[in-house]
Amino acid sequence: MNLIVCKDLSKTYGKTTALDHITLSLESGRIVGLVGPNGSGKTTLIKLIEHLLVPSSGEILVEGMAPGKDTKRLVSYLPDRDFLPEDMKLETLLDMYVDFFDDFNRAKAEEMIKSLGIQKSQRLKKMSKGTREKVQLILTMSRDAHIYLLDEPIAGVDPATRDYILNTIVGNYNENALVLISTHLIADVEKVLDEVVFLKEGQVYLHRNADDLRTEKGMSIDSYFREVFKC
Amino acid sequence: MKWEFKNGIPIYLQIIDQIKRQIVSGELAPGSRIPAVRDLAKEAGVNPNTMQRALTQLEQEGLLYTQRTSGRFVTQEEEIMKQTRMQLSDEYIAELFKHLQQLGLSRDDIVEAVSEWRDNSK
Repeated sequence: MNLIVCKDLSKTYGKTTALDHITLSLESGRIVGLVGPNGSGKTTLIKLIEHLLVPSSGEILVEGMAPGKDTKRLVSYLPDRDFLPEDMKLETLLDMYVDFFDDFNRAKAEEMIKSLGIQKSQRLKKMSKGTREKVQLILTMSRDAHIYLLDEPIAGVDPATRDYILNTIVGNYNENALVLISTHLIADVEKVLDEVVFLKEGQVYLHRNADDLRTEKGMSIDSYFREVFKC
Repeated sequence: MKWEFKNGIPIYLQIIDQIKRQIVSGELAPGSRIPAVRDLAKEAGVNPNTMQRALTQLEQEGLLYTQRTSGRFVTQEEEIMKQTRMQLSDEYIAELFKHLQQLGLSRDDIVEAVSEWRDNSK
């Protein structure tokens, strides 16, 4: 089932074109990598799906609906920067998530937090960057959503934390859900991907099954990326 | 199980290869039950669909079989194990020849070097 459909979708900021007539369909049951260099339109696309931006032209549909209040129920979004009030204790954040999202599975989140040995009385600002990233990911993945949008979930964290984050994503795999991960750290992420979408200058350069692409090119997706986007 | 992945080779082919090795070496005992796709995927840190693709191919090759309700098991057919062992060993030998020929040894040189190595390395 197609959960996200873009038809001739464009987004411009003044004279700058961020997305240039994109047509793309993403299905349930897939973990999809959204890759491209800085400024290729990854975050813009994610923000359009999440309804933080509106299209300049063309159409975007989330489970057949234009993005809005109803689609936000279905989409769990992890922004590419800290997005939670840093004075809050983890305990309070959990309460907040319960209030905000019908589909938030508090028991699941608490279990993951416990297994990491993070104290619920701790405030976000007292946590290390790695711990904060883990907490934000746990909150995002503990919703029983249909679509997970993860914008740079592993940027700026150590390799062990990356493994934890990727394992959490794989461990939460659900055949009815779609996980869209934007990243430029392809080498770390590629083995968890089903499909990969290359964005280049606001356009879809390719959209392929990850293993088929590796077979066809005879190299890793990371190596192929470096070839396509050679500076 | 320990998993290691190299660049540039499709992940599902690498999974197939690693499971074959474990079956042939007896690390995965004949007739034993293997973990669920989701658990294996998590353990290997790969996509569950990729793991599924690998297991499906191993089933088609007869190395694994599914029992409808109780899960997926390692084959007990010796003929299949034997064939797989031959296939893997052929691959090793081909690889060995390729590397040694790159070093400038002829095919006969290689055979000689191998038997010398066997006699000296007891």
